[in-house]
Amino acid sequence: MTKHRLFWPVVALLALLLGDLIAHPAFFAIEFRDGHLYGNLIDILKNGAPLILIAIGMTLVVATRGIDLSVGAVVAISGALACLHLSGLGDQNSVGGTLAAVGMALGLALVLGLWNGWLVAVLGIQPIIATLILMVAGRGIAQLITGGQIITVNSHPYEWIGSGFTFGLPSAILIALAVFAIAAVLVRRSALGLLVESVGGNPEAGRLAGLRSARLIWLTYVFCALCAGIAGLMISANVHSADGNNAGQFIELDAILAVVIGGTQLTGGRFSLTGSVIGALLIQTLTTTVYALGIAPQAIMLFKAVVVLAVCLLQSPVFRKKLARRRKTAPPSPAVRPEKVEAGV
Amino acid sequence: MLRMSHIRKEFPGVVALDDVSFRMFPGEVHALMGENGAGKSTLIKVLTGVHGVDAGTIELDGARVAFSGPGEAQRSGVSTVYQEVNLCPNLSVAENICLGKEPRRRGRIDWRETRRRAAALLARLDVEVDVSAELGSCSIAVQQLVAIARALDVEARVLVLDEPTSSLDAGEVEQLLNVVRSLRDQGMAILFVSHFIEQVFAVADRMTVLRNGKLIGEYRTEEITPVDLVTRMIGKELAALEDIEDAGQSRSDVAGAPVFLEAGDVGRKGGVAPFSLDIRSGEVVGLAGLLGSGRTELARLLFGADHADSGSVRIDGEPVSLKTPRTGLDHRIAFCSENRKTEGLVEELTVRENIVLALQASRGWARPIPRRRQDEIAERYIKALDIRPANAEAKVGDLSGGNQQKVLLARWLITEPRLLILDEPTRGIDIGAKTEIQRLVARLSSEGMAVVFISAELEEVLRLSHRVVVLRDRAVVAVLDNEALTADQVMATMAEGVAR
Repeated sequence: MTKHRLFWPVVALLALLLGDLIAHPAFFAIEFRDGHLYGNLIDILKNGAPLILIAIGMTLVVATRGIDLSVGAVVAISGALACLHLSGLGDQNSVGGTLAAVGMALGLALVLGLWNGWLVAVLGIQPIIATLILMVAGRGIAQLITGGQIITVNSHPYEWIGSGFTFGLPSAILIALAVFAIAAVLVRRSALGLLVESVGGNPEAGRLAGLRSARLIWLTYVFCALCAGIAGLMISANVHSADGNNAGQFIELDAILAVVIGGTQLTGGRFSLTGSVIGALLIQTLTTTVYALGIAPQAIMLFKAVVVLAVCLLQSPVFRKKLARRRKTAPPSPAVRPEKVEAGV
Repeated sequence: MLRMSHIRKEFPGVVALDDVSFRMFPGEVHALMGENGAGKSTLIKVLTGVHGVDAGTIELDGARVAFSGPGEAQRSGVSTVYQEVNLCPNLSVAENICLGKEPRRRGRIDWRETRRRAAALLARLDVEVDVSAELGSCSIAVQQLVAIARALDVEARVLVLDEPTSSLDAGEVEQLLNVVRSLRDQGMAILFVSHFIEQVFAVADRMTVLRNGKLIGEYRTEEITPVDLVTRMIGKELAALEDIEDAGQSRSDVAGAPVFLEAGDVGRKGGVAPFSLDIRSGEVVGLAGLLGSGRTELARLLFGADHADSGSVRIDGEPVSLKTPRTGLDHRIAFCSENRKTEGLVEELTVRENIVLALQASRGWARPIPRRRQDEIAERYIKALDIRPANAEAKVGDLSGGNQQKVLLARWLITEPRLLILDEPTRGIDIGAKTEIQRLVARLSSEGMAVVFISAELEEVLRLSHRVVVLRDRAVVAVLDNEALTADQVMATMAEGVAR
């Protein structure tokens, strides 16, 4: 069972939750109030939904040996455009108007994804540079849309996306789960997953086997931007406003981290959507833990940095070899690796 | 000047050099010849100190030496220019030449002196180039010459040139050979490695032939003919090859078959010179030629792995454009690359996934092959080709070379190609698997599949092919009907460039 690639990420998540239980028994308390569920666990799901979404999109991009740094900017742009449209409506509570706002935001996210994919797949620009362009420019675009202000909205249908409840559960997590289900079915029931893994695993072999790699790679960037667009709606709906500057800041780093923790290597190839979801939950649990235990929020970044460091070290073949040499009696490197992730947590 | 005696070098599981002796004289070009895997590179690496020796001695000017690495070898006067140009294209010519040994003045690099020294070295090679130009903007030939100039910058007495001409065109080759000759006349000892027989005869004074890590002999150029040289490199006595049975069908069987693919003056600059070739359904066309003669390049053009910059291709009489592998696949052409690892398999995927990849690619992502059918296909081909371990879910990277080859073959067979291009399908696999693949090729062709078969083993090519296309120095020199064709004739054509 330890051989399963999701074993250690799951263990790490459970270990973190166990730590919470010991340090702060009330952490697991779930209240049922006004037909809704409340509690730290529910918070993790609700606040983690945007990250889960972006991690899903990022997974496919990473599987093609790419990376998308612009997701945070897309989050800001999508939220800004939706709020701008809503704020101009006479009746902000109209479902039609909200749908239009959501449609416009997602349409723009799609265009941004096309842009990223075009730079990477057609022009052959290195993904980290290609998406860095939008990462930087995107914040500016979001600022232009909001006119440099924070746009506040008061729309119940819109708020449902971020802070609403359905069947007692946060709608955000239901949306994220739906996207996850669609993506999982799409990649595993169609041949998309195999083709993406081939393109990432060995691009030249994929090309010679007749894959249209450019198109596939393009598709992953579009999908990733769409996920980021939805996440942007959630984030802005949750706070009833659009903040071009701060919305989705550093979320690209969290998403990449979630993907890596989930067992998808940055060198492309085999990927795991479930792994990325677990990775995202782990990161969100980390954040919630820090809050719940009353640790200064400024320390969150440091905690995350430790995790990033541990994961990066363990992905380095040199480091793993050294580690394996040092503990020759212990089980070989695959087992060593996630233990360290835990230690970092 | 330099003497290597009874060198033995073992790597785990293989003896790379076995009792090899080699000597070099000042003012002489000495060519080191041998097929791939003969031990040429190992000998060079032993000489320059990249590898230590397990037995044997190296003497330079009568004194015993053991270099700890290329740097030390260079300081002792043994400079090496490797096959791939190991320079920085983003630096200037002068910077490249003096990199790591820049003349300094008061702690700062003396740029004027750097440029002066670079210009002087290049002048010695009769190269006229602006030394402050960025190296990347120069032609490959100039880059190669700059690499030589860099090697000469130290007091080099022995110069090792490993495949210096592999990416040059005819005029550039001549320029380089002239430089080699002039360096020789200046008293330098030059070790020249090349797959191009013609160049070796044009420039070398002496040749040493290696085969399978063993010394075959040392010859003066005037003592040996190209045919003798090739015979010694390949290691088959001509007489022994003559009694090979032609197990394939006779030429007349396929003469009436429709032409599947017609290539007219198809060529690619830097790949293979324009050639014309018809391939009939059910015909096996063998490609013969030494390594680097353009066999693979020709095959890649037929598939669309590279796109041709001249000529045209017709399939079933219709003009087609083979620009990408995908177009090749769409026209039901399959290409098994010789580089299984880098161009063939996705190592972290399973046997089953690798087998269905090309078929899936041609169906598109939206029409997945049902899992049950994938399992059936994988099971069938694992059985048919005897892939071991017989586990469709094993990671391909964990399989042995021969089994990986079979997986790659299976990938293309399930696409039911009309033309199957096999580039070295039997290299590095055991004799049993080899026979199986040969038998398979014969059977497929008798069922009407056209096959292009590339192999360094002439025996194999002759046994299977209806016709043999002979390549030399990146050009088709002859298309021979395999009717009473002997290895002798093919080898003579390979060596001399004309059908005898």
